[in-house]
Amino acid sequence: MNAALVVIGLVAAMALTLGVAARHGHDMNLEQWSVAGRGFGGLLVFLLLAGEIYTTFIFLGGSGWAYGRGAPTYYILAYGSLAYMLSYWLLPPIWRYAKQERLVSQSHFFARKYASPALGALVALVGVLALVPYLVLQFQGLGVIVSVASYGAIDARTAIWIGAATVTVYVIASGMRGVAWNAAVKDCLILAVVLFLGVYLPTHYYGGLGEMFHAIDAAKPGFLTFKPSGQSVLWFESTVALTALGFFMWPHAFSAIFTARSERAFRRNAALLPLYQLILLFAFFCGFAAILQVPGLSGAEIDQALLRLSLKTFDPWFVGVIGAAGVLTALVPGSIILVSTATLIANDVLRGLYPEVAERKVALFARSLTPAIALVAVYFTLRGGQTIVNLLLMGYSFVTQLFPPVACSLMRKNPLTKHGAAAGIVVGVAAVAFVTLTHSTFVSLMPFLPAKAGEVNVGFAALMLNALIAAAVSLAARAAETAAPAPPRRASAADDDRA
Amino acid sequence: MLVARCLAAIAALAILFGVGLVNQVEPLVLGMPFVLAWLVIWVVIGAGAMGLIYALDPINATETNGEGGER
Repeated sequence: MNAALVVIGLVAAMALTLGVAARHGHDMNLEQWSVAGRGFGGLLVFLLLAGEIYTTFIFLGGSGWAYGRGAPTYYILAYGSLAYMLSYWLLPPIWRYAKQERLVSQSHFFARKYASPALGALVALVGVLALVPYLVLQFQGLGVIVSVASYGAIDARTAIWIGAATVTVYVIASGMRGVAWNAAVKDCLILAVVLFLGVYLPTHYYGGLGEMFHAIDAAKPGFLTFKPSGQSVLWFESTVALTALGFFMWPHAFSAIFTARSERAFRRNAALLPLYQLILLFAFFCGFAAILQVPGLSGAEIDQALLRLSLKTFDPWFVGVIGAAGVLTALVPGSIILVSTATLIANDVLRGLYPEVAERKVALFARSLTPAIALVAVYFTLRGGQTIVNLLLMGYSFVTQLFPPVACSLMRKNPLTKHGAAAGIVVGVAAVAFVTLTHSTFVSLMPFLPAKAGEVNVGFAALMLNALIAAAVSLAARAAETAAPAPPRRASAADDDRA
Repeated sequence: MLVARCLAAIAALAILFGVGLVNQVEPLVLGMPFVLAWLVIWVVIGAGAMGLIYALDPINATETNGEGGER
């Protein structure tokens, strides 16, 4: 047991205590457990949930990619900013519709817009599918922190089990309410740590930012720019497009939109939050600083870059502070994701299919699901091999498939029918799953495509396929409708939502 | 308003499609590789444009249900 582990353990214990204390005085029904009785202020929730800015993804993943991949990590800076700019026009109509229809979840939004509970259940399933890699990356982050900060005394597998158990206990005990209490602590701590490290490490080891980048460029020519092939400019463009469009398609992001008190908050955030993204730069700087100081990490090990360099630079107690900040950045989002996933399965899939199930049973089912979901995530974490950023990109490949039907449903006259929307989503998700599971690429499946097409992000290619299929099926469905001896009024799903 | 919207659109396009034009390390700007600094600068310009749009959009002046803050 060293000083670093003691500090981390203390902070984790404190977070647990806070979480359990937050529960005090609240009857834990489903609404309290999953959305804290809708009692949070809009801006707070929006900041908490709408971004990956302050999660393990940035802290370890962003710095890790800067260390291991170089230029491709810049995409993280680009997509959030674009998404926030887009939010000015995208979020207010979603919020208005949800308010008018008193919606509580993303799956309800689809079910109502397309007048199809089955589509709602499908959307919930896609949400679960996308959230699993997102949860895996938090566990992986916890594993990295505990194993590195223990100076190797605790191996990564044990560390992942410890991390997963902590998150699960925390979630079962307190649900969403405990999360909010810890979130403020987490944001302040991580902000301070990342800013400090991002300034200190380049200055300490290289004498300044410019000197550091000159040294990296000299040692690894081409590392700081996009390569002509592989993760090229085309990869950057398609990945940024995919992730910017998918940014608000996460089930928990939708819930966050619904909690806002006014639509003006979204418009104001559209100007403020892109600037927040600049904090990412400091995480990148930590990863870049590690390149020449702790060389030799490869594969999924690149996620350790920031911590390895901290180990080399600071006393154990300060490594503990950094590690504790890291633990919170995994614990808080991990809990949010776990709560969202359990609520999705219990409330949107199960209840969507069997509406007569009692509220109490749904709540009980949601809570008893959490250990099972955590186990599934641990299984995938232990199989390992993926970097944190790759895991989130996989989640995005799934969740962005929901973008075309959302965008179309906001138009005055929805061009998509429920069949079209469902077909597009199924084809898009299936394409991503197939390519991921078989480790193939679209170019290897369709050899007639030029090799350059292989640089397009898989999720983005699937998104194009999704849009095509959705349009074609919608056209066919409408044609069939008109051909049949029709009722006097064309009763498509799009018109129903105004009825 | 039109100016602000155009600026926002240009910033978005510069972030998404401009990288291919500036894919180089030198000269360092603000101590960062040129392509990274390009993104940073356009993110800031984009945020400024969104701020302008927010200030000029009449919808934000007339809508009253957002009074009293969102916290």
